[in-house]
Amino acid sequence: MKHTIIEGVAAPLPIANLDTDQIMPKQFLRGIDKAGLDRGVFYDLRFDAAGKPRADFVLNQPACAHGPILLGGANFGCGSSREHAVWGLQQFGVKAVVASSFGEIFYSNAMNNGLMLATVPPAYMEQMFAQEGPLQLRIDVERLEVTSVIGTARFTLSERHRRMFMDGLDMLGASLLHLPAIEAFATKWREDNPWLADVAARARARLDGQAA
Amino acid sequence: MSKTLYRKLVDAHTVVQLDADNVLLYADLHLMNEYTSPQAFAGLHERGLKTLYPGQNVATVSHIIPTHADKLRIIQDGDSALQASNLKRNCERHGIPLFDTNDRFQGIEHVIAPEHGMIRPGMVVICGDSHTTTYGALGALGFGIGTTEVEHLLATQTLVYRLAGDMRIRIDGALPPGTTAKDLVLMVIARIGAQGARGYVVEFCGSTIDALSIEARFTVCNMAVEAGARGALIAPDETALRYVLEHCPDLAGDADLLARARASWRLLASDPEARFDVEHVFDAAELAPIVTWGTSPDQAMPVTSLVPAARDASDTRALQYAGLASGMPIAGVDVQHVFIGSCTNGRIEDLRAVAEVVGTRKVAPGVRAMVVPGSGAVREQAEREGIAAQLIAAGFEWRKPGCSMCLAMNDDVLAPGTRCASTTNRNFEGRQGRGAITHLMSPAMAAAAAVTGKITDVRSLLEEV
Repeated sequence: MKHTIIEGVAAPLPIANLDTDQIMPKQFLRGIDKAGLDRGVFYDLRFDAAGKPRADFVLNQPACAHGPILLGGANFGCGSSREHAVWGLQQFGVKAVVASSFGEIFYSNAMNNGLMLATVPPAYMEQMFAQEGPLQLRIDVERLEVTSVIGTARFTLSERHRRMFMDGLDMLGASLLHLPAIEAFATKWREDNPWLADVAARARARLDGQAA
Repeated sequence: MSKTLYRKLVDAHTVVQLDADNVLLYADLHLMNEYTSPQAFAGLHERGLKTLYPGQNVATVSHIIPTHADKLRIIQDGDSALQASNLKRNCERHGIPLFDTNDRFQGIEHVIAPEHGMIRPGMVVICGDSHTTTYGALGALGFGIGTTEVEHLLATQTLVYRLAGDMRIRIDGALPPGTTAKDLVLMVIARIGAQGARGYVVEFCGSTIDALSIEARFTVCNMAVEAGARGALIAPDETALRYVLEHCPDLAGDADLLARARASWRLLASDPEARFDVEHVFDAAELAPIVTWGTSPDQAMPVTSLVPAARDASDTRALQYAGLASGMPIAGVDVQHVFIGSCTNGRIEDLRAVAEVVGTRKVAPGVRAMVVPGSGAVREQAEREGIAAQLIAAGFEWRKPGCSMCLAMNDDVLAPGTRCASTTNRNFEGRQGRGAITHLMSPAMAAAAAVTGKITDVRSLLEEV
């Protein structure tokens, strides 16, 4: 069984709607692999225009740098679907983000990569943001609890996501077991809705015919 | 049992019910771009898997492509060039149709797919891009996914799909002169907030929606994701059917097939008794041209209003970033750049709206105005209609298609401090360039900004004519 406790310093980022463009800016999206994305995490927030670390940014402060947990504002990870945001956070050393809500695609991306996201009540977040100095946090994934000096807040995790996180369930591997059902479905669907079959290939062939 | 349109589409595409919250959802079409697919193909190769149904997948080079009006486009940036060549190699290896860099029909995925008949009512369409919600305009369920899920799609033509809630947004009334679908959707986002539709698929309805063209409906559904929606839908009607017939010659030319398709599309509406988890009602009669003032699409206001007071720390931060003060009029704020394009507003009707406002006017001194058509077909059409010549004469740059400055992944990047009137979908901090300020607005409003050099109520220009 995988580690179920994530514990350590939590860096506060009390910004609502902190989007994936800011988590992983455009110039870091040009790779064909996942390497080196830790450099891009919160780049414009971490570094000034000359590339010098911004001392006022929380992740540049020694007490919070490279802690395993981020405290995010509401709708953390909204916007672009770029999974690079999740890969980058993990490469940067982030193991969990706690916020009152998360962008939907970001949430799925995080679950698919084992980045734990804990959704806790807004009031609990407000109290944590009001604390002076670095905050110690303990996230118990098995008990679905976040504990800090404020007290304990519960969060939910679907059974599927829990198994993916704790047991390392391989989603694609599991789905491949359904291939016979998928193929049977597709055959019937194409018979019933022939105008929906292979639309991409047929459009491409038509355009190629037009161009010729 | 009564069902919403959303549930009908999900149920029809459910291969297996995995558990209470998740189904294995079959996709009729999977779209890809060059930057969210490479690691998915790599994963596939590592597992020794192939693409299950290549003909139901399509890829385009859209995000990193330069848009300079060169006859032959060459991607100068080494990493970006590798992304494009990598996409080509992956498509060839898997037999997936591609719209490559110098393809006549290349363009933004969400512009080329419907214009070439790849989107039809009743489909499920998935893409590694958040603006895939666009296709709801034709009664197709579209939504964005991450790269891990792109790999899953390629291997199985399905997705492990978490069910969303049902939200309905009804908008009634005629759009006032000078307002458009863009103003409408910006108003909705401002009212319900950037996470107002989080967790829901939104069905838009009402007389305002009914009166919109399909291209205008694309704009509305495209931006629903900026309210956090997991999808957007509009029940297909005669307007949708006309669009499909114009763009799907295989259907238009086969009466039997079309009759069968029409019979199935008639079922694509929410049942009268269907229950929605949340409902909103808006009146279009109140609508004025909308412009964003902050760094989130819900920080939007009528162009006639004063910049609002900050409600919280995020508002204060946004005002500071945007260089605006509460209480000042937004109209009259100088812009240095105008960007017209994107999957939100890069279609022919958008360019026609720009041309109408520009008329014989010129781009204001000190303003750089750029038009990036959404696709090769849109560009050719605008050239045939004389729009290109008119806008070039007015001082606009007439570019080749791509995502361009919507997200500034190519070399179209704004300098720090530059203020841009933009027809795009996101005004996030740094989105169009580090330290650059984005004001989202309609194509007509962007045209007004281009010719006046400031944020301007387009209605004042329309009255002059």
